[in-house]
Amino acid sequence: MSILVNRDTRVICQGITGKVGEFHTRGCLDYGTRMVGGVTPGKGGETVADLPVFNTVAEARDATGCNATMIFVPPPFAADAILEAVAAGIELVVAITEGIPVLDMARVLPVVKDSGSRLIGPNCPGVITPAECKIGIMPGYIHTPGHVGVMSRSGTLTYEAVWQLTQLGHGQSTCVGLGGDPLVGSSFIDILELFQNDPDTHAILMMGEIGGSAEEEAAEYVKHHVTKPVAAFIAGRTAPPGKRMGHAGAIISGGKGTAEAKLEALRDAGIEIAESPADMGAALVRAIERRT
Amino acid sequence: MKIHEYQAKDLLRAAGVPVLAGKVARTPDEAAAAFTALGTPVCAVKAQIHAGGRGKGKVKGSEQRGVELAKTADDAKRIATGLLNNTLVTIQTGPEGQVVRQVFVESGCAIDRELYCAILVDRAAGSPVLIASTAGGMDIEEVAAKTPELILAEPFDPDRGLAPYQTRLLASKLNLPTAAWRHADTFFRKLCQAFVNLDASLLEINPLVLTKDGTLVALDAKMTFDDNALFRHKDITALRDEAEEEPAETRAAAAGLSYVKLDGTIGCLVNGAGLAMSTMDLVKLHGGEPANFLDVGGGADVNQVTEAFRIILSDKNVKAILVNIFGGIMRCTTIANALVEASKTVGFTVPLVVRLEGTEVEQGKKILAESGTSIITADGLTDAAKKVVAASKA
Repeated sequence: MSILVNRDTRVICQGITGKVGEFHTRGCLDYGTRMVGGVTPGKGGETVADLPVFNTVAEARDATGCNATMIFVPPPFAADAILEAVAAGIELVVAITEGIPVLDMARVLPVVKDSGSRLIGPNCPGVITPAECKIGIMPGYIHTPGHVGVMSRSGTLTYEAVWQLTQLGHGQSTCVGLGGDPLVGSSFIDILELFQNDPDTHAILMMGEIGGSAEEEAAEYVKHHVTKPVAAFIAGRTAPPGKRMGHAGAIISGGKGTAEAKLEALRDAGIEIAESPADMGAALVRAIERRT
Repeated sequence: MKIHEYQAKDLLRAAGVPVLAGKVARTPDEAAAAFTALGTPVCAVKAQIHAGGRGKGKVKGSEQRGVELAKTADDAKRIATGLLNNTLVTIQTGPEGQVVRQVFVESGCAIDRELYCAILVDRAAGSPVLIASTAGGMDIEEVAAKTPELILAEPFDPDRGLAPYQTRLLASKLNLPTAAWRHADTFFRKLCQAFVNLDASLLEINPLVLTKDGTLVALDAKMTFDDNALFRHKDITALRDEAEEEPAETRAAAAGLSYVKLDGTIGCLVNGAGLAMSTMDLVKLHGGEPANFLDVGGGADVNQVTEAFRIILSDKNVKAILVNIFGGIMRCTTIANALVEASKTVGFTVPLVVRLEGTEVEQGKKILAESGTSIITADGLTDAAKKVVAASKA
């Protein structure tokens, strides 16, 4: 078991004929993901990495039976690509693209909410269930199959955490990159619910960062609905207010979204805190030990 | 991206939002001429910098405030002289302040009440939201903390905008006279349209003024734009005032790097925003102070990494540099080669601590070891932080 993706997930890539889309499609194939095709408007009939390219997502779905898509479409067209995937009834839409205008996402999110699709991202590394299915840009080899659910707003910070877990002998059930934008399709809470209900996930490690209140909301949710051990790290304790720290969503504005407020909420919910980024894996181990 | 008040008001005027007549001036004589041309009994002379708190802020070494009223052209000239090319310190500029390069001379109006209004994208609601309060002209964060019941919030769909019932609700709760409701409806809806059409990320009107004749006027306007949407707003991009920005940050952006200058002594070069923030935190945790946030991104090449080092080294406070790379898509060998190349072309004047992990890490370390460059290698995050803090204090 795992969440979101497994060895049966059939994946297409929107933007497969682009340099980045092709590169990561090959990376996913190498990892063992069941890539079944791709979409680029106007390039239907071509092949990339021996996979058929279609003009539309609907055609790709009809021909391949895909149930997940990985989006590498450039920012000006990415919101439309998400809407197309949702309209075609693709169950899992993973948007890797960075730089989508926030109001485009404000238009997309209500449509996703009223559909049967789940959106992960945008501006995220993707989703991976180790040894089964990788949808995204993360280096596959650092992951090991196991029972820790990992979720994060940041890419390389997730790699760091996964690496620490793997070295401590803790494999991962599924790792989910939520994305670094202000408006994303899935929140910590959405994924917490899935991890809580997944029998194969025994503990949860989350990496948050400054900006917004998603971590505070997650803390509240953990307090009432999560029985599994949870550990957390928050990036940006030293970030100055009013400055965007790389991610569009990583900004302390109006005194809101500070690391301190998030840490306080997480501690209050009984979540084990990693004080240092070098301590993320160890914090998860402490969270597990506290329960036994 | 931020713009000046006078630019925001030009945009609002064009969008049909009521603002007062005004002229921008770059010399004291221009300010005097602007006063005469506006032809009103009173004008406000307002410093134009990319920071708020101007009314209470003062010019360094004088009692000149950032916003003052002028009753004559000579007044306007005197105030402009006090402001132009001087450094204004406000609660938002920090103690170093910001140089005033232009002033905005704006006609006065008969104020009945001062209100507050802002539009931003609310993450929890997943939509833009209009926020209003009767507590105008005050620090809204303080109002929100002490008297949250005074803050009104109406979320709206970007394409549909505010519904008439929402503007009635706002007008009623803001205690606007019923005769002003229709006007308020137009004002709020046009403001929301402007926010959406211009892809703003923040539009703050503080104060929003109810005039004695029952109309709403945007007395101040602070506008920030979504950088991700600038590709479809060439006209707004043209309003950028690079003189207001940190030069190193502008330079970094041009090279496709994400850089934020800080006050510490340890330069940081990292891949990924979350890891870059965490690296700053790590430095602080071990007794150092980060000099910057710098994310070279996932696919940086030798040229970008070299430029990143140049930018870090241009900060004279930097006493040591920490390179923290978790190779994923970015290979450690790429970074190692870039480091060697950069050390030849840039020449490191301060100690360099390097921590590499991930894809092709062994080959990367080998490249560094064989290059003969004086690099302090570290195993793991904690080791790296300890070494760089020690090096910065040596």
